[in-house]
Amino acid sequence: MRAFELTKTRVRYRGSDILALCDVSVGVDEGEIVLLLGSNNAGKSTFCRLLNGLVPHSIPAQVDGAVEVLGRDVSKTSVARLATLVGMVFQEPESQLFCMSVEEEVAFGPENIAIPRAEIISRVEWALGVVGLSGYNARPPSNLSGGEKQRLAIAAALSMRPRLLVLDEPAYALDPAGRTDLYALLRTLRERYGMTIIIAERDAEELTELCDRVILLRSGRVVADGAPSEVLSRIDEMVVAGVSPPQIAHLSALLADRFPGKTRPFFTMGGAEKEIADLVRTSGGDAP
Amino acid sequence: MNAVVTAQRLPVISLQDVSFSYEGGIEALKRVSLRVAKGEKVAVVGGNGSGKTTLAKHLNGLLKPSSGKVLIGGQDSSRTSVATLARTVGYVFQNPDYQLFCTSVEEEVRFGPHSMGLGRDDESALVERSMKLMGIGHLREQSPISLSLGDRRKVAIASVLATSPEVFVLDEPTTGLDTVESAQLMATLDVLRSEGMTVVLITHEMRLVAQHMDRVIAMSEGSVAFDTEVEEAFSDSDRLRRCKLLAPPITVLAQRLRAQGALSKGAATPLQLVEQVVRVRGERR
Ligand SMILES: Nc1ncnc2c1ncn2[C@@H]1O[C@H](COP(=O)(O)OP(=O)(O)OP(=O)(O)O)[C@@H](O)[C@H]1O
Ligand SMILES: Nc1ncnc2c1ncn2[C@@H]1O[C@H](COP(=O)(O)OP(=O)(O)OP(=O)(O)O)[C@@H](O)[C@H]1O
Ligand SMILES: [Mg+2]
Ligand SMILES: [Mg+2]
Repeated sequence: MRAFELTKTRVRYRGSDILALCDVSVGVDEGEIVLLLGSNNAGKSTFCRLLNGLVPHSIPAQVDGAVEVLGRDVSKTSVARLATLVGMVFQEPESQLFCMSVEEEVAFGPENIAIPRAEIISRVEWALGVVGLSGYNARPPSNLSGGEKQRLAIAAALSMRPRLLVLDEPAYALDPAGRTDLYALLRTLRERYGMTIIIAERDAEELTELCDRVILLRSGRVVADGAPSEVLSRIDEMVVAGVSPPQIAHLSALLADRFPGKTRPFFTMGGAEKEIADLVRTSGGDAP
Repeated sequence: MNAVVTAQRLPVISLQDVSFSYEGGIEALKRVSLRVAKGEKVAVVGGNGSGKTTLAKHLNGLLKPSSGKVLIGGQDSSRTSVATLARTVGYVFQNPDYQLFCTSVEEEVRFGPHSMGLGRDDESALVERSMKLMGIGHLREQSPISLSLGDRRKVAIASVLATSPEVFVLDEPTTGLDTVESAQLMATLDVLRSEGMTVVLITHEMRLVAQHMDRVIAMSEGSVAFDTEVEEAFSDSDRLRRCKLLAPPITVLAQRLRAQGALSKGAATPLQLVEQVVRVRGERR
């Protein structure tokens, strides 16, 4: 089944004369992990907000074209109903936290959809555990460190066990190990629950191996949509879109420019190591 | 340059055995001792909750140690007002919203230098230069809270910069900025550094650390886990992992290629690595 389908979707926020999204047609199957890549103002957050109905139900905007999420027409489905299907981690997690304790924050979503108490308790413990906040239950969210708040926002979305999980710049305040842990967790969620996962980021560095697919946005338009090794190797297009290419892919392109015909493209650290070792070993005959 | 040796020259900041507990009993700093010398470029890194922000707030007297001593420009932070310390150390908050309160961007940037009582001309010059360096001149009339995260971040940085501090402490300043903006900010920091400013950068972006910083202080569970020059910081992957850190891909690749004798030096960017390859091939020819 399709997790969602945008068909020639256009979004214009009320009072704005810019198209935040322009003729976006994207279909994603259930169980896919998709990276939405773009610089500031590319339209990532707008794309995310379409999927849980925040745009246009809570943030007024004119939306043209169809938006279908798990078989439902979003324009005719309430935000409350969509919240049971679509979990969202917002870009600035502090704005999302409003409870008095970490535990209440994570329990809030499931309580609202009348999940039995025992199930809520086990989900809260699970969600806090997987984001590395076990034992933080009674802490007030306002006293957490920046990255701890980010982890809490992720736990609060996970406790809903949504079919579609949308994360708007979730790596934001996470430490480097926390980022890799999060990506490993997302893969597990897909495997265990068949969850569909959309991650919006302005940087693909650590995501090259996690996602099945990369959608590159620029000024509200989809400029590339394909496998990571394909899209993330289009260095010029990424630079024009204002996002930095992954270092290894960038290196591959630079070497191909500097040593035309002497290197094969690579995408992984292992591939790079082998290719460069060969290049050094076969020195001689370079144009200066 | 050897980080330890530099730190022994003219410390602008010196922490001696500093411990700090928040109300409620969390001990966020445990016997931290370190010195930062004038003109250094120091990264403070470490896992979430390891004490980086708590440490940064000790560098400008926003927090006072529970025990131990913090000297800022020779002044004991426990006996000096935050306003006085702010002349030496400028701190950009991790969350810009904790810092912004004026009704226009220009007023926001002017607030710091104005309250320091500089002459009108000096004040305006500092305000204009800071807005220019951060590229926010076109936003001067706007209300800071109405801006995007990236622009709010830039306003927060400019308003601290305008006080022209000796030491500039930035707490995760690149979150909310895109690639181009982060690169511009790092270039600005390099300029300020060349004018003699001391820069302390808290960040999770190891690529920026590898490219722009000289010294790395890694925090782990409230203590300094290591304090070394940047190349050495990224050389021990087990130690990095214990501190919730990871070396950037190019740094790791260059290390591997050096280990097998293919390259003779490290690299912090793809371009630097290509230059290494060109050089080595030239030598072997
Ligand atoms: N609530 C809003 N009202 C009016 N315009 C908006 C609103 N939110 C976003 N926009 C505009 O829509 C466009 C797309 O913004 P969006 O926030 O979706 O981009 P983004 O890729 O998430 O950017 P960032 O990386 O800065 O978060 C931008 O031009 C932005 O100024
Ligand atoms: N106001 C507060 N009250 C109580 N505890 C706090 C407060 N602020 C931070 N802490 C705790 O102190 C410890 C250190 O927090 P700090 O904010 O210094 O971490 P950090 O290294 O900056 O983390 P991050 O990378 O997430 O920003 C954490 O365990 C945190 O939960
Ligand atoms: Mg956004
Ligand atoms: Mg912090």
